[in-house]
This record gives sequence, C-alpha cells and structure tokens, in this order.
Amino acid sequence: MPFKCRFNIAGLALFAALLLLWEFYSRTAGLETYLPPPSAALKALFEPPMARALFGHLLETLGRFVGGYFLAAALAVGLGVVLGYSRVAYSFAEVIIELLRPMPSVAIIPVAILCLGIGDAMMIAVTVYAAAWPILLNTIDGVRNIDRTLLDTGRTFGLGRWRILREVALPAAAPYIATGLRVSLPIALILVTTSEMVAGADGLGYFILDEERSMRPANMYAGIAIVALLGYALNRLFLVLEGRALAWRSGMRIRGEM
Amino acid sequence: MPLLEVDALCKSYGGSNGPATLAIENISFQVERGEFVALVGPSGCGKTTLLMCIAGLTAPSAGRVAVKAKTVDRPPPDLVLVFQEYNRSLFAWRTVLGNVLFGLEAKGRSGKAAEERARRLLGLVGLEGFERHYPWQLSGGMQQRVAIARALAYEPEVLLMDEPFGSVDAMTRLELEDALLALWKDLGTTILLVTHDIEEAIYLSDRVHVLARRPSRLVETVQVPLARPRNQLATRAEPTFMELRNEIYRRIANAV
Repeated sequence: MPFKCRFNIAGLALFAALLLLWEFYSRTAGLETYLPPPSAALKALFEPPMARALFGHLLETLGRFVGGYFLAAALAVGLGVVLGYSRVAYSFAEVIIELLRPMPSVAIIPVAILCLGIGDAMMIAVTVYAAAWPILLNTIDGVRNIDRTLLDTGRTFGLGRWRILREVALPAAAPYIATGLRVSLPIALILVTTSEMVAGADGLGYFILDEERSMRPANMYAGIAIVALLGYALNRLFLVLEGRALAWRSGMRIRGEM
Repeated sequence: MPLLEVDALCKSYGGSNGPATLAIENISFQVERGEFVALVGPSGCGKTTLLMCIAGLTAPSAGRVAVKAKTVDRPPPDLVLVFQEYNRSLFAWRTVLGNVLFGLEAKGRSGKAAEERARRLLGLVGLEGFERHYPWQLSGGMQQRVAIARALAYEPEVLLMDEPFGSVDAMTRLELEDALLALWKDLGTTILLVTHDIEEAIYLSDRVHVLARRPSRLVETVQVPLARPRNQLATRAEPTFMELRNEIYRRIANAV
C-alpha cells in the first residue's frame, strides 16, 4: 500500500451515524432500562466518582493483562524454541498439544479456581494458558522454517549453539513469533475480562457484570466502551512496536519477497 | 605442511535400511598457504557435499580433512564457507554493514575499530554508500559481494566458496571474478573455490582439480601456468588458456 489514509472518514461517519440512530431510538422508544442512549453512558464516564472507580478497575485489568501476556510470551517462546528445534521433544508433546489446543480456553477457568482459588493468581494463570497457544504454535513453526543455510552460516563462522540461537535462529523466527504475539493479544484480554466476570472482585469484567446486575445499564455500557478502547489501544501499540522491531521486513513485503 | 589437507575422503548417504549411495569416493588433495585452487566438475557431482565436509558442516563417512594439521570434526575456526545461495545466507534483519560486522563479531571484535574495518571491506568490494541498505534492496551480484565481505571480515585463513557466482548474470560474474582476484591478492587469503564453469576455474586459480560424478572422484589435477594479474580479455585469449580448457573439457566428458 503506497498511500495510507490515517483516518477512515467513511467508516467513522457510519459509526457516528449508528450512535446517533441509537441515541435517537433509545430516547423516543423509552428503552432506558436496557438500551440507554450513548450519551447517558458518556455522562456516566465523566462523573468524577464513577471515573475514579472505572480507572481503578482499568488498572486492575491492565495489570492482569500485562502479567499474563508477558509471562505467556516468555514461556511460549522458550518452549516453542525447544519443540521447534527438537523432533524428539515435539513427538513427546504432540498428543497433549493436539488435545488441548482445540479446547476453548475458558473451560480451564473452573480448573484454575479449584487449584488456585479466587484471585489474581488464578486469573493470570488462565490468561497465560490461553495466550500461550498462538505464540507457542507460531514459534514452533518459525523455528522449523529457519533456512538450513542460515544455521550453517552461523556454524561456519564458528558460533556456538547458544549464540546461533540468539543471533541467528531467534531473529530468523521473529516474524512468526510476532504473528503469535499479535494473535494472542486480544485473547489475553478476553480471558482477563472473562475470569473477572466469573470470579473477580474488581477489574473491568467484574465492573461490567456488576453494573448489569445492579440495573445500571449506562454504567455497564461505559465499562464496555472502556474495555473496547483498551483492546484497540493495545493493538495499535503492538502494531507500532512490531513495525519498529521488524522494520527490515516492511520493504520486503511491499516487494512481494516474503 | 599444507594449510588444508583432504585425505581419502568418502561420503555416502543412507544405508541403514537400504543400499548406501556413494556421493564422494576417495578424494585426496592439498592446498598450500596463499594458493587459489579450483574444483571443477559437472552439476550434481557432489561438489557441495565435498565443501560441506571440508567446512566441518557434514561429517565424512571415511577419510579425513585437516586444517593446519588439525583434524576437522567441527567447523574449524580458521575457515569460512561462502554459500552459493547468498540470498539464503545473508541475514535479512541486518543491514549491509550489520552483515559484514557479523563476521567481526563472530571473532569477538566490536566497537569503533570493527566498524571501521567493516566499512573498509565494503569499500574493497565496491559497496561504499550501501552500508545502511538491507540485503533485499540490492541486486544478486551486490548481495554476493556482501557475503564475500562478511566472510573476509572474519579473516579466515582459508576461504571456501561454493559456486559463488553461479546465480548472477554473465557480466556481473566477470566483474565479481576480478573483484575476488583483487581481494585475494590484497589480503593473501587462501581460497578453495568450487565451480561447474571450466573457464572460470582456469581464469581464477593456480591449480584446477577435475572431478567426475557419481560418485564424485578426482580424475585429474591441472596446473595453471597463466601469468598474473589476469585479464578477462587477454588471459582468456591466450593459447594456454584454450589448451587447458580443452583438456579439462575432455577429461570431464570422458569420465562420465
């Protein structure tokens, strides 16, 4: 794409039009109990006690997300390198991987509650479990797809195993690893919010469900808007960092050499 | 004491549950310090396998390779192999300068002095001004120049080259041949080069080992008495050049 428009005018216009339609419909049809107008949610966002409470919940969610996501990344990249390098290790792990991978990750929440009780450890563990899969599978793929010639190049320059891993294998597999990290970003956020809904005492997931149960739908929508914005912001941040880290690759993609 | 010794080298594939295929049969030769030696043979004659054995990247089935009288059982520290597929061997995530620096870093050299050295080598291979480019932004011939500069940055005593100019166009090939000869003269590195191009082998080297295929074996060794410095037009027009070419061609044709 040689030219990239920063703002999608048409898309933003449609979004604004739908919000207006919602506002208008909600006000005229008297649906405040379950579909309050967006302006009510917006107003809730800017009431100081509400805003403070929401900000606190946002920090809780963000903390769990960061903990779970980075722990998942470290574990999955490490394990993925081992399983990608070693056929033997992979054949040991294969059955377990094939059985667990298709299982919806939320099914692990009850197990985590049983083992870890209710609290941050359980929520982070669940997040690690779910977010690790895409990173693990992509890292295995990436390591397997490293060109033999690249590894031989490292060897002919006298590099030991460890330096070949660090200076040749990891950079060569980096585009795959980045794909895994990108895919697991929203997954981690989904699991944090879900586990907060099921067993949390704070966090945005807890807040959304709690406001719904307390019949305060405007606040509920405010919470949903915040978690949506959080997901959006994290994704944008990721794309910027990925673009910097893999800058060497952007031109290749345009030339169609990838 | 020869710098590089290949002694009764054999390599076969398979065999544990089926007949083994003999790829290399009993090859022996030696390379002295400072020499430029070429191995020439038809495509698919196991030349690459031979180089992989010499580079310590593949274990021979029998026989031995020694660099400075030390048996090669892992990639030896004084030797670097330049691969034919430069586009698969260069590090796409490093700039041109970064790729050449890798050769120095592998020797434990870094910092300002190393960067100066890398820049000078890039100048020597004619890539001044391309330091900040990435390999994919360069033509094939330029990429192979980067690979050669990276290998020379390592300051190997022996440089092995596997059909280094096999995938560039004919004009670029002649240019690169002369660039390589100039580097060899300047740096005094010992070079063992594999090619399927008879004329290239003669033009570049002091001695040509002729290989036959299936299995790969040494059928003749030809001394090249052509004067240096060599010249693409004058050297190739010399009667000696023609005679050597015809002789090697006949040896290869008869051996198959």
